[in-house]
Amino acid sequence: MSARPIGAGERAAVPPAGASLHRFANPGRFLRISEAVLPWLVVPAILLTVSGLSWGLFFAPADWQQGDAVRIMYVHVPSAWLASSGYFGLALCSLLSLVWRHPLADLAAVEIGPVGAGFTALCLATGSLWGKPMWGAWWVWDARLTSVLVLLFLYLGHIVLVRAFDDPVRGYRAGAILALVGVINLPIIKFSVDWWNTLHQPASITVLGAPSMAPAMLWPLLVSALGFTFAFAAIVVARLRAAVMERRIRGLLMARAVSR
Amino acid sequence: MTHLPFIAASYVLAALLFGGFGLGAWRRVAVARRRLAAIDPRRDRGER
Repeated sequence: MSARPIGAGERAAVPPAGASLHRFANPGRFLRISEAVLPWLVVPAILLTVSGLSWGLFFAPADWQQGDAVRIMYVHVPSAWLASSGYFGLALCSLLSLVWRHPLADLAAVEIGPVGAGFTALCLATGSLWGKPMWGAWWVWDARLTSVLVLLFLYLGHIVLVRAFDDPVRGYRAGAILALVGVINLPIIKFSVDWWNTLHQPASITVLGAPSMAPAMLWPLLVSALGFTFAFAAIVVARLRAAVMERRIRGLLMARAVSR
Repeated sequence: MTHLPFIAASYVLAALLFGGFGLGAWRRVAVARRRLAAIDPRRDRGER
């Protein structure tokens, strides 16, 4: 894929079912759109993350049982949500890549990997920092913690696998298969606290039920989570812009070398 | 504030993560844009 000039032959390879997806697959169009979108991701990311974390750190009440240690929640929970939803995004890009051969999906999957791994590592680290004062241990082989550790290994495996082949397309395919197989871990993470007796507490916020959390704690958590989401998206879009330009540079250099 | 070192470490880690990824992505885009502008015959600076 990298050897093909950008945009060349992409129309001919588009299957009818993926035609609408491929309208947004042109790298030049992506660069144009993403440049316009990026400020609308970066500014809310900074504003919401700073205000959410400041709110949680300085103004939200302490927990009656955990004291101020509960303030770690405003970093830990959003990073946990982004770790899982980032992997879902990675798997979605892998599906687009395998089924529709979407030209940007491979690059998107490659760029999501390290960011998702970073957020998963942050989730695990802050979980340890929360666990030590509350549970008396940095780590326990609890179902929730272990399944999130597996998620980190899946991210790391994907990062290594997509770079392990001389032919990048083979690397993208292998990484996509790993990513899709790893999706099975997402419901395990989500329901681990219900399926097994875990030291980790069950979910305080569910889609259908009312949150079992005081609004004074819930709001800063939601603001922080929204900020983390915008930040994750902004970082991935910026990295994807760089990857598209780097691919065009490689194509131009290759074309120049061939013409000599 | 109770457990201050644990709380501070969590927020510092988050700041490092955002700072590292943010600056890394910004620098990568800037370098790619500069290199592309130097070699692209269309002089489109990666925006077309």
